[in-house]
Amino acid sequence: MQYEAGNFDVIVIGAGHAGCEAGLAAARLGAKTLMITINLDMVAFMPCNPSVGGPAKGIVVREIDALGGEMGKNIDKTHIQMRMLNTGKGPAVRALRAQADKFSYQHEMKKTIENEPNMTLLQGMVDRLLIEDEAVQGVITMTGAIYRSKTVVITTGTFLRGEIILGELKYSSGPNNQQPSIKLSEHLQELGFDLVRFKTGTPPRVNSHTIDYSKTEIQPGDEIPQAFSYETTKYITDQLPCWLTYTNERTHLLIDENLHRSPMYSGMIKGTGPRYCPSIEDKVVRFNDKPRHQIFLEPEGRNTQEVYVQGLSTSLPEDVQQQIMKTIPGLENVQMMRAGYAIEYDAIVPTQLWPTLETKKIKNLYTAGQINGTSGYEEAAGQGLMAGINAGRKALNREELILSRSDAYIGVLIDDLITKGTNEPYRLLTSRAEYRLLLRHDNADLRLTEIGHEMGLISEERYERFLKKKEQIEAEKLRLKSIILKPTEQVQELIQSMGGSELKDGIRASDLLKRPEMTYGHVETLAPNEISLDTDVKEQVEIQVKYEGYIEKSLQQVDRLKKMENKKIPENIDYNKITGLATEARQKLTQIKPLTLAQASRISGVNPADISILLVYIEQGRVARISNQ
Amino acid sequence: MEFDTIVAISTPMGEGAIAIVRLSGDEAIPIADSIFKSIGAKRLTDVPSHTIHYGHLVDPANGQAVEEVMVSLMKGPKTFTKEDVVEINCHGGIVSVNRVLQLVLKNGARLAEPGEFTKRAFLNGRIDLSQAEAVMDLIRAKTDRAMNVALGQMEGRLSKLIRKLRQEILETLAHVEVNIDYPEYDDVEEMTHHMLLEKASLVRSELKKLLQTSEQGKILREGLSTVIVGRPNVGKSSLLNSLVHENKAIVTDIPGTTRDVIEEYVNVRGVPLRLLDTAGIRETEDIVERIGVEKSRQVLKEADLILLVLNYADSLTVEDENIFKAVSGLDVIVIVNKTDLPGKIDSDRVRELAKGHKIVTTSLLDDKGVDELEEAISSLFFEGSLESGDMTYVSNSRHIALLHQALQLMEDAIQGVEMGTPIDIVQIDLTRTWELLGEIIGESIHESLIDQLFSQFCLGK
Repeated sequence: MQYEAGNFDVIVIGAGHAGCEAGLAAARLGAKTLMITINLDMVAFMPCNPSVGGPAKGIVVREIDALGGEMGKNIDKTHIQMRMLNTGKGPAVRALRAQADKFSYQHEMKKTIENEPNMTLLQGMVDRLLIEDEAVQGVITMTGAIYRSKTVVITTGTFLRGEIILGELKYSSGPNNQQPSIKLSEHLQELGFDLVRFKTGTPPRVNSHTIDYSKTEIQPGDEIPQAFSYETTKYITDQLPCWLTYTNERTHLLIDENLHRSPMYSGMIKGTGPRYCPSIEDKVVRFNDKPRHQIFLEPEGRNTQEVYVQGLSTSLPEDVQQQIMKTIPGLENVQMMRAGYAIEYDAIVPTQLWPTLETKKIKNLYTAGQINGTSGYEEAAGQGLMAGINAGRKALNREELILSRSDAYIGVLIDDLITKGTNEPYRLLTSRAEYRLLLRHDNADLRLTEIGHEMGLISEERYERFLKKKEQIEAEKLRLKSIILKPTEQVQELIQSMGGSELKDGIRASDLLKRPEMTYGHVETLAPNEISLDTDVKEQVEIQVKYEGYIEKSLQQVDRLKKMENKKIPENIDYNKITGLATEARQKLTQIKPLTLAQASRISGVNPADISILLVYIEQGRVARISNQ
Repeated sequence: MEFDTIVAISTPMGEGAIAIVRLSGDEAIPIADSIFKSIGAKRLTDVPSHTIHYGHLVDPANGQAVEEVMVSLMKGPKTFTKEDVVEINCHGGIVSVNRVLQLVLKNGARLAEPGEFTKRAFLNGRIDLSQAEAVMDLIRAKTDRAMNVALGQMEGRLSKLIRKLRQEILETLAHVEVNIDYPEYDDVEEMTHHMLLEKASLVRSELKKLLQTSEQGKILREGLSTVIVGRPNVGKSSLLNSLVHENKAIVTDIPGTTRDVIEEYVNVRGVPLRLLDTAGIRETEDIVERIGVEKSRQVLKEADLILLVLNYADSLTVEDENIFKAVSGLDVIVIVNKTDLPGKIDSDRVRELAKGHKIVTTSLLDDKGVDELEEAISSLFFEGSLESGDMTYVSNSRHIALLHQALQLMEDAIQGVEMGTPIDIVQIDLTRTWELLGEIIGESIHESLIDQLFSQFCLGK
C-alpha cells in the first residue's frame, strides 16, 4: 500500500557527510527539506578513520566553512586532537587535521540537524524515485510512503548494493553491518544510469586497555589552539595523543603465507580499490623491499576504549588479522574488538553529471559523495554542500552555483569527476590543483565568504567581520609599501640577527618582508602599526607580500583559464553538425556536454584543433544557430 | 577580442632577397620596439600607424645587432587580423630569417599555429562567414600534418631525451607531492633544498645542452656551419667566392678589408654549407677591425667545419701557427692557395701542423683545385668524420621556443631555491617545466603525476 506522506522542496537521501551538508545547506537557504536515512543512529557516522582534514582535505573543510557548511564547526566542537600539518613547508600546502571523537561528532551533527528550521529528519529506506517527463518528482520508501519534492539529492555512500568481504566470508551489507540499499541501485540502473563497482576497506579496531603503549611512540596534538571554522571561538585544550608503531619482517612473512586466503588475491573482490589507500596485504606485495610500515593507533573517542589501527586496512580472514597484530610491538596481547573488512558498492559514473551535480539524464536529481566515485568524508561533504545549495536554489527558482578550479579545491574535485571521470575511488590530492598557491587553507574565507553570503548561508554579523578583515589586510599591505626603512642601527641589528645581509640603502617595509629570513613580526617591530591587528590578518599580509611574485604568476594562469571559461557552450549543441571535429572528440563532447570551452579542453581525446574549431563556431554565433535548428 | 601575440615567417622558406616575419596581437608593437633600434633612436611605440622604419634588430640580452631590417607597423583594426600587426622585412635566406624569428620568440611572442593568422582574421570578423568552412579545413589539415610530423619525431632521439628529462622531473615532483600529501610517512625521505637544487641544476644543464644542439643540429635545415680562416690576404674571400660562384664579399689585396663576418649558404655536392668568411685572425690595434677579429674567434668555436687558408707564396708566420693552435680539435681542411705564384712555404711544416687533416692546394685566381676541395668537403661529410648525424636534434622553432621557456623557468626555480623559497612553491616552476616539455612530445596529461606518486611510494591507511 502506498500513501502520500508529504510535500517538500528538497529531499536528501542519506545522512552521511554528504547528506548532512546537502540537507543543512538546502534548509538554510530557505527550502523545506526532508532528510531520509536508513538508520537515524548513523547520522554523520565515520565508518573508517576517526579524523577530519589533512592535506587538501583540510582545505576543503575550510572551504565548506567559508560557504556556510557545517563540517568545520562540528569537528571544532568534537575533536580530541588537532594538528597543523606541513608547517615546515610553504603556506600553500599547510593543512589542519583533527582526530575526531566519532560518537560526539555524530551526536553534535544530529543535534544541529534536528534543531534546524525547515528541516525534517526521518528514518526510512528509499526504494524508488518518482519520475515524470525525465524529471524527478519525489521518492517512495520501502513502507510505501510517497514524499513529493521539487528536487532530490542522493547521498548513499557505500550503501548501494554494499557487500562486506572479510576473508572467505562475503555478505550483503552496508558499512558497519548496516542494512544495504539494494532496490535503489537496481532502480538507478533501470533509469539508464551507468554504474561502476568500487571497493574500499577499513582496518581492525582494538581495545585500548590491551595495548602496551610503552613500546610505541607518542604523537601529541599541537599546543596552540586551532580551529577549522572562522566562527569558532571556543577551543578544546584537553587533547588525547595518538601512538605510532611499526610492522616488521615477521608481519610481512605472515601476510605472505596467508595471501591465498586474501579475497583480494583469490579473485573474490572485483571492485576497484583506491591506490592511495592500499590494504596491508597490498603494501607488502607491491613494496616488498620495505622492511617496515607505519601503524598509527588512533583513539575513536573520549568515552570508548576502541582504537583505530591506521595502516592495517585489510580484508584478510579474522584469525589472520589477529595473528598479524601479535607481531606488532605494543599489540602483542591486543584484543581485537572489530575486524577490518573490505566493502564493495555501486557508484554512478560521474561524467553523467552536470557541474552543478545534477544528473544529465533525470532533471532535478542530484548526487553527491561516494555515489559519485569519491572517497573521504571531506570530499563527500564538499559535494554534499554544493548539491544541497544547487538542489535548494533550483527548487526556489534561483540560479545554480558552479565553483571554478581556480576558486576552490571543491571546484577541482567536481570538475575532475564530471569531466574526466574516475577509475578508482577519487581522493583529493594537492597535486590535482593547478593553482594551489591560490587555494590555500588560510585564505579560504577570502576566496569564498562572498559567495557563501550571496547564497544566504553566511550571517550578516560574520560577513561584516569578513569585510573588516579584508579591509585591514589591504590597508596594512599598503602601509608596508609606503614605509621606507632607513639603514639605522636597530634595522641593521635585526637583519643581522636573522642572518640576512645588511641594508645599503633605505628599503620599503614590504620589500624587507619579502626576504626569506624576515617575518611579519620582524617588520612590525621596525614599522609598528597604531592599530592592533588580528593574527590572521598579519598572517595574510605576510603570505601575500612574501609570495607576491609567485601569486602573480598563478593569477596570470588563472586569467587565461577565465578567458576560456567565459566562452560558454550551449547545452543543446549538436556536435554532429559541426564539420571538422575529429570523431573521438565528437563522441566525447556529446557524452560529457561541457558547459565552457575551458571544460571542453580538459576532456581527454579532445585536442587543440577541435577546440579551435569550437571556438570559431562560438565566436561567430553559429553554435546558437545550429542549436536552434 | 583578447589574444596573445603570435609570430611566424610569412614568406616561403628558401632563398630570396628579402623575407618577412610577421607579428600580430596586443603586444606586437611593444615586442618589436623592444628589439628594434633605429639611428635616430625613435620608438616604434610612438610612430604613426601604417609607416615603415629602417633600423637594426638588437638582442636585448647582449646588445648585439642581429639583422638590418625595415619594419612596417600597422595598428588595428585596419590590418589583416584587425589586431596590431608588425612586419619585419629582413634579408632572405634561412639563417637570417630564423634568427629574427628566434629573437621575437625570445622576447614575448608565441609561434603561430598553422593557419592562425587567418583564424584570427576570421574570428575578429575580417573574413566573412562564407570562408568559415575553408578556414576550418585549413586548421584541421595543417594540424593533422603537424601532428604527423610530431609523431615522426616521437621515435627520434629528441623525444627520447625529453622523455628521460621529464621522468627525472616527474620523480622529483612525485617526491615533493608525497611529502605534502603524506607528511607523516617517515619512509619517504623529505625533499631538501639541496636535493632540489641538484635536480634543478641537472635539468637546467640538460636543457642548455639541448638548446645547444638546436644550434648545431640544424645542419640539414640550415647547413654545416663552415668558417674560412687565415691571415689577411691569403685568399679567404676568393675562396668564398669560388664556392658561392657569386661576388658578394669584397676582394682586395689590402689586408683587413673583409671586416665583418659574411654568411653565404651554398650546396657543395649535396652538402649544405653555411659559409662564414671572417676578418683576419691576427692581433690588431685597429678598433674597427678588432670587432671583426673577436667575432671571428667566437664564430670559430661554434663552427662545424674550418677551412684554413695558407699562402703558398709566403713563408709560414707566427700568425699561421697561432691559427693552427686556435683550430686544434676541430674539423679542418687545410687549403694552400696561390700556387700560381712561386712557392715559399715550408710544406713539411704544413703537413706537421695539419696533423692528418686533409690538405688541398689551390690557385683560386685560376680556379684550380676548387674541385678537389669540394670533393674533400663532401667526402668528409658523407664518410661521417663530421659530427653531423643528429638530425633528430631540436630543429623546430616551436620546440626551441618551448625549451627557452623551460630553461627560464629552471633559472627561476634555482633562484627560488637559493633564496630559500619553500620547496612546494619552487615546485610550481618545476611542474610548468614538465608540462612545457610534454608539449614538445605531445604529452601533458596531469594524471601521470598521480600514477607516479602511487607507483613510487607506499602510502595509505
